[in-house]
Amino acid sequence: MRTKNILLTLLTLLVCSSLMFAGTISGKVTYTGTPAKQKPIDMGKEPSCAKQHATPVTNETVVTGPSNSLENVVVYVSSGASDDGQVPSQAVTYEQKGCQYLPHILPMHVNQELKIVNADQTSHNIHPLAKVNREWNKSQPPGTPPISEKYDKPEFISVKCNVHPWMHGYFAVLNTNHYDVSKGGGDFKLPNLPPGKYTITAWHEDYGTQTADITITGTETKEQNFTFKAKAY
Amino acid sequence: MNSLKPMRFIGAIFFTAILGMVLAVGFAAPAFAQDAPDVGPTPPLVLKPMESHIGNITGHAAAAKSDYRRYCAGCHGDLGDANGENAVWLDPKPRDFTSATFKCRSTLTGTLPTDEDLYNTIQRGITNSNMPIWNTFTRQQRADLVAYIKIFSPRWDKEKAGDPIKVPAEPPVTIDSIAHGKLLFTKLECWKCHGPAGKGDGPSSGTLTDSKDNPIRPYNFALGKDDSRFKCGSTNQDIYKIFMTGVDGTPMPSFADVIQPNDAWDLVHFLRTLQINRHGKENEILSAAHGVIPPYVDKNPAPAAAPAPAPADNKSPGGGQ
Ligand code: HEC
Ligand code: HEC
Repeated sequence: MRTKNILLTLLTLLVCSSLMFAGTISGKVTYTGTPAKQKPIDMGKEPSCAKQHATPVTNETVVTGPSNSLENVVVYVSSGASDDGQVPSQAVTYEQKGCQYLPHILPMHVNQELKIVNADQTSHNIHPLAKVNREWNKSQPPGTPPISEKYDKPEFISVKCNVHPWMHGYFAVLNTNHYDVSKGGGDFKLPNLPPGKYTITAWHEDYGTQTADITITGTETKEQNFTFKAKAY
Repeated sequence: MNSLKPMRFIGAIFFTAILGMVLAVGFAAPAFAQDAPDVGPTPPLVLKPMESHIGNITGHAAAAKSDYRRYCAGCHGDLGDANGENAVWLDPKPRDFTSATFKCRSTLTGTLPTDEDLYNTIQRGITNSNMPIWNTFTRQQRADLVAYIKIFSPRWDKEKAGDPIKVPAEPPVTIDSIAHGKLLFTKLECWKCHGPAGKGDGPSSGTLTDSKDNPIRPYNFALGKDDSRFKCGSTNQDIYKIFMTGVDGTPMPSFADVIQPNDAWDLVHFLRTLQINRHGKENEILSAAHGVIPPYVDKNPAPAAAPAPAPADNKSPGGGQ
């Protein structure tokens, strides 16, 4: 009984202190050089999708914002995090809408439930080209329930619909929950990091990866920016 | 993090050394191959004690070592990575056994095939490809080769083969079943790849690639004759399995989650009529109907499409809440 109480107190202390002294790593992702122009997509073969876009959409391989900012970069703690195996109980959702993938890149924890939804009036086949995990390929006609899947190994998986060859996205399967995807303005933020040494990795589907080593000592916000060199072709 | 640097340096030295060795072996290989085709460089491969079970036969990987190197490695490679010396000339490419992704399965998409699936493929060969028919081997030899194929991917150490899907008994072919199959072919958009008449010329057919980025064409049903086979078999049962489980590693998706078992048979019956020059019960019934497939009328409409439940092993354990 007594030991249990002591343990409980210790545990509470530990949890509180780790929350109290949680630091944050935040920053901006930018590029140098001139990125290749993204090509407009012709959805003429799929009128039910074409009509959902007032202006034609473009490829999403490189998405940039104001002041050379770079979007769709996955920034995550690649070493030093202690939450490997802490699988969130809520699912992440990947939506096929207007013959595009929403979001373009979906991060998730290893073994987290992944729900795939078809919101379109056309059939898609969802074909994640996994190499480390198992590769499968499923047809999802309109009005069918979400497909429920999960991946048991970390991997960046390219996702394709073979019927609509312009549809292309990624699953980022990570063994941490400390991740973010840079949005408009290139901003990212990794909060709730207890004191410790971390390696963070920034991954872009076309420009590759970069890493940085950062030490968090207490309640602080450390800034870490990443700059990728644009490929011009 | 400075402490990591020396490690990286040592790592780099190791890497360079290994790369050097690999290159040396790689360059030496063609010279060897000239004199003795079946005595290539010894693969740096651990011969795992893999087994296969086909009926009452147990196959052993070790027993297939020389057969594999003699009959299979020329295309599939000593390392099972599809880099055999003949591979560059082949289209489609030989299977890369290191990824353990197989086209012909009785099991759900993404799962490993059963030993029988691999055994049957080896016996049958793969039509419209360079994969030969190996029906001169004994059953034991084939079973040993099935076991040998498993040494190339670590997936075989950890995963069990998928459960074969259940194929209900085939109902009789009727003009109604053909009509319903046609409706499914349209509704499920098979035509987008295979074309409205199944000639492999659908609107998406020109852009298709397999998972290794090689161009691939959808199957052209119109070429089907009396003795034609599919890659993964030739019977109505085989067709059923092909579209229900999908052709993994290619654009051809699985429909197991979206087609009800009996509806699947209707689709099989319709697909047979796309093989216009084939003599079979499906085309006989179609000619009796003067070659016209009537529009399908649903006699007992269901309130809502209730797709088959997802297989249990595909569900996330955390998915309950
Ligand atoms: C002349 C070249 C060649 C030789 C020799 C050869 N194969 Fe193949 N094999 C292929 C090709 C090409 C494919 C892929 C066909 C396709 O994808 O349509 C293939 C595919 C396979 C597959 C995959 C089946 C599936 O379901 O995906 C297996 C298993 C296989 N071969 C086993 C063997 C074995 C065992 C041997 C030796 C006894 C052998 N092959 C010899 C060319 C060859
Ligand atoms: C995204 C494109 C696509 C769609 C949609 C599609 N297929 Fe296919 N299908 C293919 C391709 C590509 C192949 C050839 C695979 C190969 O050669 O390995 C194929 C092959 C086949 C085969 C022959 C496989 C063999 O063993 O030779 C059958 C049967 C088939 N499809 C049936 C269907 C049916 C029925 C549907 C609809 C319910 C369908 N397909 C939808 C692309 C598609």
